[in-house]
Amino acid sequence: MIHRISTLAFFLILLASWEAASRSGLWSPVLLPSPLNVLEYMWQATWDGTLWTATLVTMQRLLLGYGIGLLFGVPLGLLTSRFRILQDTLGLLALGIQTLPSVCWVPLALLWFGQTEAAMLFVVVMGTLWSVLIATSDGVRSMPPIYLRAARTMGSKGLHTWFNVILPASLPYLIGGMKQGWAFAWRSLMAAEIFVTILTGFGLGQLLQYGRELLAMDQVVAVMVIIIAIGLLADRILFSPWERFFHKRWGTGSVN
Amino acid sequence: MSLENELANTAPERIEANNVSKSFTTERGKVLALDNVSVKVGEGEFLCLVGPSGCGKSTLLNLIAGLDQPDSGQILANGENITSPGRDRMVMFQEHALFPWLDVRGNVLFGLRLKPGLNSKERQEVAKYYLHLVGLEKFERANIHELSGGMKQRVALARALAPNPRVLLMDEPFAALDALTREHLYGDIQRIWEARRKTIIFVTHNVREAACLGDRVLLFSPNPGRIRAEFRIDLPRPRDINSVELARYSTEITTALKGFTAGEGQEVSE
Repeated sequence: MIHRISTLAFFLILLASWEAASRSGLWSPVLLPSPLNVLEYMWQATWDGTLWTATLVTMQRLLLGYGIGLLFGVPLGLLTSRFRILQDTLGLLALGIQTLPSVCWVPLALLWFGQTEAAMLFVVVMGTLWSVLIATSDGVRSMPPIYLRAARTMGSKGLHTWFNVILPASLPYLIGGMKQGWAFAWRSLMAAEIFVTILTGFGLGQLLQYGRELLAMDQVVAVMVIIIAIGLLADRILFSPWERFFHKRWGTGSVN
Repeated sequence: MSLENELANTAPERIEANNVSKSFTTERGKVLALDNVSVKVGEGEFLCLVGPSGCGKSTLLNLIAGLDQPDSGQILANGENITSPGRDRMVMFQEHALFPWLDVRGNVLFGLRLKPGLNSKERQEVAKYYLHLVGLEKFERANIHELSGGMKQRVALARALAPNPRVLLMDEPFAALDALTREHLYGDIQRIWEARRKTIIFVTHNVREAACLGDRVLLFSPNPGRIRAEFRIDLPRPRDINSVELARYSTEITTALKGFTAGEGQEVSE
């Protein structure tokens, strides 16, 4: 309860300072809108459907790209962890590409795919795939080898070992990798949406970009707030319950 | 297979190692962990392997478990060559090696689920029986990290016993525990050995522990790993680790151990 109160107090103070700063007249209201302006924009944009449509378009792209990234990243990561040859080849490639900020894929995607959904998807998949692959592979390799020996003595082998020992033993790391992949996918998509203007769908990133072009700072800030909110919400809904479960089972870390 | 059949004692196995050699390549070069070692373990015998670290006692245990293959020589279980792990030989490791993603009961069920001929209800009954045998039936839903070190080893013991193996291979299972917990477990393991008639091969570097548990104690020396001496412990069971008679045996073994480790020192200094 005390945590909730301090969290609430912190954000109230933050909002109050913001409101005070915008009322002080030190900055032009064009550059620093008040929180009330932002809220007003949100209300109006939610009402006329702009925000809903943009959020929906963005979430569709995100889930599709993230899904494809996981679909390939997790199995490839598992294989990479178990075979030395893949570790020395694919693993190294992944490590190299992962250091590339995902926005760097945008020029290439635009030339290859033009201003299409495919370009958008390509950037998100590239942003997700490699980090998921590496996190998965690292996770599996940090599994104590004694688990495999113990399982072998009890008659486990082949697929049984994969599904009943290797996968569950590395699940906490897999979740960590998926969480990191989510963050990467989210970042790459925003980069792609800001740079790739396409007519088939109007996402949050594009809404942000048009806010800049129209000098509508309340729109810019509102969309940023929504992007943050979606990120936080995803963490709370998708990943936190799993992490809490593992902490409880494994006895690692602190349960909060 | 009925539950009574499953829980009935199986005939313990006879284990034989004939002229077994095994070497490892380490960063410091090649180490001959076992040099032409031969051992016979009788049906239902409790055999302890003692020696300083690096003497090959754990290597021999891994070979019998089927986790490793010898460079030369043969390992036989009831006359059959051992080439891989088998349900007739279960292993208990020094680190409990329990699976943290399963609760206590899940761990005990792991080996049972791989054993054919049992339905789900029978497996639950078998798991319950062994958890009761090690005194942990109240903890069947507990997570592994919630248990003390001694309790974890009890779960590991129940897990190893559950598929009803004919041989139990124990690799320094109590080495990481405190003295008081160990004493409890000496009592438990003797009681369970009497109740469940298994051949037990028990690796330890603790001489007193070996004298307390074993029918017979084999003394190993390192570089290369060889058997140097054999002691028969003729004491009634259950044995108390603190008894005077037991101390006499352990003194005798320790003296022999010092004898050849002193010799090792001379070899090194040459």
